[in-house]
Amino acid sequence: MGGLQKKKYESGSATNYISRNKARKKLSLSLADFRRLCILKGIYPHEPKHKKKVNKGSTAQRTFYLLKDIRFLMHEPIVGKFREYKIFVRKLRKAYGKAEWGTAEKLRGNKPGYKLDHIIKERYPTFIDALRDVDDALSMCFLFSTFPRTGKCHVQTIELCRRLSVEWMNYIITLRSLRKVFLSIKGIYYQAEVLGQIITWLVPYQFAHDHPTDVDYRVMATFTELYTTLLGFINFRLYQTLNLVYPPKVTHSQPAVMLHFDLLSEFGFYCSLLSLSKLSALSASLVRVVSTAEAEEAELDHFPAEGEDGEKLAERLKARQDQDRQEKLFEGLKFFLNREVPRESLAFVLRCFGAQVSWDKSLCIGSTYDVTDETITHHVVDRPSLEKQYINRYYVQPQWVYDCVNARMLLPVEDYFVGVTLPPHLSPFVEEKEGDYVPPEKLKLLALQKGERPEEEEDNDDSEEEEDEDQSDDEDELKGMEEKQASSVKVTPGEAKPVNRQRAEQEAKAEEKRLAVMMMKKRDKYLYDKIMFGKKRSVREANKMSAKRKALDEASKANKKKKLKK
Amino acid sequence: MPFRPAFSRCFSWDIRNTVGNIPMEWYKDYPHIGYDLDGKKIFKPIRNKDELDEFLDKMENPDYWRTIHDKMTGTDVCLSDEQVDLVHRLQQGKFGDVNFNEYEPAIDFFSNEVMIHPVTNRPADKRSFIPSLIEKEKVGKLVHAIKMGWIKPRRPKETAPQYYDLWAKEDPNAILGRHKMHIPAPKMRLPGHEESYNPPPEYLLTDEERQVWEQQDPDERKLSFLPQKYLSLRAVPAFSRFIQERFERCLDLYLCPRQRKMRVNVNPEDLIPKLPRPRDLQPFPTLQSLVYHGHSSLIRSISISPSGQWLVSGSDDCTVRFWEVCTTRCLKTMEVGGPVKSVAWNPAPSISLVAVSYGENVILVNPGLGDRLICSATDQLISSYEEPEEVKDQQVQWAVPEGKAQEQGQRLILTHPKAVKQVSWHGRGDYLACVMPDDGSSLQVVIHQVSRRRTQNPFHRNKGAVQCVSFHPSRPYFLVATQRYVRVYNLIKQELTKKLMANCKWISSMAVHPGGDNVICGSYDCRLAWFDLDLSTKPYKVLRHHKKALRGVAYHKHYPLFASGSDDGTVIVCHGMVYNDLLQNPLIVPVKVLKGHIITHDLGVLDVAFHPTQPWVFSSGADGTVRLFT
Repeated sequence: MGGLQKKKYESGSATNYISRNKARKKLSLSLADFRRLCILKGIYPHEPKHKKKVNKGSTAQRTFYLLKDIRFLMHEPIVGKFREYKIFVRKLRKAYGKAEWGTAEKLRGNKPGYKLDHIIKERYPTFIDALRDVDDALSMCFLFSTFPRTGKCHVQTIELCRRLSVEWMNYIITLRSLRKVFLSIKGIYYQAEVLGQIITWLVPYQFAHDHPTDVDYRVMATFTELYTTLLGFINFRLYQTLNLVYPPKVTHSQPAVMLHFDLLSEFGFYCSLLSLSKLSALSASLVRVVSTAEAEEAELDHFPAEGEDGEKLAERLKARQDQDRQEKLFEGLKFFLNREVPRESLAFVLRCFGAQVSWDKSLCIGSTYDVTDETITHHVVDRPSLEKQYINRYYVQPQWVYDCVNARMLLPVEDYFVGVTLPPHLSPFVEEKEGDYVPPEKLKLLALQKGERPEEEEDNDDSEEEEDEDQSDDEDELKGMEEKQASSVKVTPGEAKPVNRQRAEQEAKAEEKRLAVMMMKKRDKYLYDKIMFGKKRSVREANKMSAKRKALDEASKANKKKKLKK
Repeated sequence: MPFRPAFSRCFSWDIRNTVGNIPMEWYKDYPHIGYDLDGKKIFKPIRNKDELDEFLDKMENPDYWRTIHDKMTGTDVCLSDEQVDLVHRLQQGKFGDVNFNEYEPAIDFFSNEVMIHPVTNRPADKRSFIPSLIEKEKVGKLVHAIKMGWIKPRRPKETAPQYYDLWAKEDPNAILGRHKMHIPAPKMRLPGHEESYNPPPEYLLTDEERQVWEQQDPDERKLSFLPQKYLSLRAVPAFSRFIQERFERCLDLYLCPRQRKMRVNVNPEDLIPKLPRPRDLQPFPTLQSLVYHGHSSLIRSISISPSGQWLVSGSDDCTVRFWEVCTTRCLKTMEVGGPVKSVAWNPAPSISLVAVSYGENVILVNPGLGDRLICSATDQLISSYEEPEEVKDQQVQWAVPEGKAQEQGQRLILTHPKAVKQVSWHGRGDYLACVMPDDGSSLQVVIHQVSRRRTQNPFHRNKGAVQCVSFHPSRPYFLVATQRYVRVYNLIKQELTKKLMANCKWISSMAVHPGGDNVICGSYDCRLAWFDLDLSTKPYKVLRHHKKALRGVAYHKHYPLFASGSDDGTVIVCHGMVYNDLLQNPLIVPVKVLKGHIITHDLGVLDVAFHPTQPWVFSSGADGTVRLFT
């Protein structure tokens, strides 16, 4: 038999993958630049199926990229820009070293830069693709916009992030597409629905960060670079779909302010700063390209989609109505935010559901009315007590607003008054499946949503139960008395043992199943055991939780009783 | 210039110290402080002021604030009004001279107006008429640099807007092929109730849970944070690991390999095989109906008489008991000289003999139960033996008991060289096989012929420790189970026919189907192997029903049932149907798990046996009972 002997590792999976170091050498980039390129282009490593084959027989730990990916990176124009920048830095360092300030100045004037537009277009060929991936971009921008203006990254980046995030919030307000809010210990989660995409982002609480040392800010900065570009383009497109002016402008209701504003607009910088701060106040609506009256949406006609029957259509319609109702949740209510509540978050949430919001003038720009306004319906307060209170408004804690949004209805304000112990704040993202543990508060909420008033009933139940107990005690005593009175010899009629047929049937079935399980194949048995283990674990956890809750409730009840007795 | 005294109280000498501007502490140790113009010593003032004087002076002297110490002369000098004023002016950055006017109108010396009289009359230089060479050289260098591309003109500022409608023209054809392969990053997990700033109380960790959480490795933790409860929103602090978590997400996005994992979305009910309902496979034993109490120690072996009326059991308390099956009555108890390892009722219906093994002995017992005729026939059969003329030297001694033993029913005593573990009758009832497990010897199995009182050792070579043996019910085969294999020997041809591989570590028991086609092997590693002798030497099916080691297996004579008893205290009855039609697969279905035996010393059921005619199963256990399931 003729033919050349086949050499090892010259075909198959060994040639489809390339290790990170080789890829770096192939692109002749430094590791940092390679990393940056991978982040920008969205290239991630791959796990080969047969690692040893790909690794040419060695079992050393290596990161592998697809060779196709690396080839794709090779004709990326941005790689050339990276090299240019490297040369620029070298020249500049040289000029500074020689104290040639003129040369340095000239070099700085021609500092090479790059744009990421084409990468965004390439990574997200359609707008929906981009929108689907905007979660991380939003979280990152909101984080960067809270950074201090010194140190960790460029001030321009921080300002850009702030601008983009404020634009995003304004868009959400205008569209009224916020769906869920959650106050977690990490920050505030928001969930909005934009063009049919569910978008969730996390905003940290407004505190100074203590910057950790084990975080590589270069990586974060690269991501932010990409994300700001992406978010900017998305914002532009979104504003365009709503016929809003981009960059956004605030409508001026008061002429005096407008005059002031026009005067200021000569100084571009101040103008941008002022408009940003005005925007970030989130209290005014935005300028539209077409006037609002025309832009008002006409009543949509509903056409049944193909293969959709009447029931589904009705369901869809109902969902739509629910959503409309949710969007108008706070319509007609007037809120005033006290100084100590998180203003931006609350203003954002309230405005998303159609409320009017204001705050103290000295707190932030953009307040529209005073505390003394008689038409205020709700005053959001987060302090144990308040000295001066107006009669015709509710004083509520901020959690009320968030809970209302998540419950899609106005909850009773009594539980949220000033100084009252708040009911637990539940996550709106949890959808309990069958068999999962559901906290009692959630059950109560579900009942409320259906239009019941369970609390009073429960109280009644409690009292009734107690009465019942008393009665039964009395009955027991009476019985005991009767027994004592009756003679000790007694003839009792024999009781027929009830044959529980259902139970017997169930047992038989269970046994049948057990026997069938014994006959399973080994592979199926493994899978079955795994599934059953998971189920059992979840049941166990649910039971544990409910037991814990029960114990806690009893303890608190006992405490209450003690207090009452005292 | 020395300060002139303004007040009489301030003393002053018109002297000059000539030492110059030197540190005056050089004169610290001398009585004088320098020299005057005449070269005479200037002496220090006699009495230096101490702190108290200083203080008094400060309190009493109204001019204290304008008195300064002159280091050069060592005296105090009081400043005059003018001097104080001067100091003030200098402190404010003004000119010292009061009369100096700093804003005098400036008069240009060289004005732009051409005067009739020039300031200088110097003729203009030649170099002011010709272009500068130095400049030319400089410009030339710059031009060269620009030509060579060393200097680039400043790039014009970009005027295009930073953001525009990027997706104005969405061309579906422009989507790269690689985009179809792209796996979008999974979204972040949404938070649950436990992450709330004010969660329901059951989501908070108790002290023990918290301790466990703290001791765990950060990668192992189920929750990456400790749930916390705050009474109000204003009390919520910043989350300290916020930036880290975002950074970790970034790392995940660009460093983690992505893979599409097919999630197995199987309904577990679908995995369970569809078996015929046990109800359709009746009859089989379902209930524990009788318990035979009497033995005080574990019962190693049981056996049923061929008529199905009597039951014999041998126990570790050195007794053999005979029971009536229907009444659980113990009819007879026979004490033997050691723990009984095995009992076996002679399967021939015309003979009433029971083989009992204890220690190195095997005794043949005529229990004297049932039909008198049969019993006496049996006795006659044994006593009718005549010694042959030439006595062969045998390894096993045959002896006839006398006295009490004879009365008890013992008819023959066979003394073996080693301990006997198992006895097994041939179907006709004349041959009896005994197992003496021993790893290193070729004498492990002996076959006795009762009618001729003859013993033979069928094997000359050791093939591993023999666990149990059995005669084939219809053909002249002999099955020997060693630790891992079952060997089937043809007794007529004196050769090995088959070697069954049991696929288990250690065979404990074996049973042959009365039809002779199937063999089941129980093993100590919880398996039951079901062989089809016609099909293959590998098990057709291996059942792992028991949780612990199997001790005994049995086939029913008529019904398609087999049972296995195990250390987990259960007897599992299976329906094993073999069809005559070779195309149809045998049906093996577990039909009942029978529980009843109490586990003592980690031992549960030690032996099982079927009733010869009824679908009943007997089991003997370590708890000293025999149980009947009907």
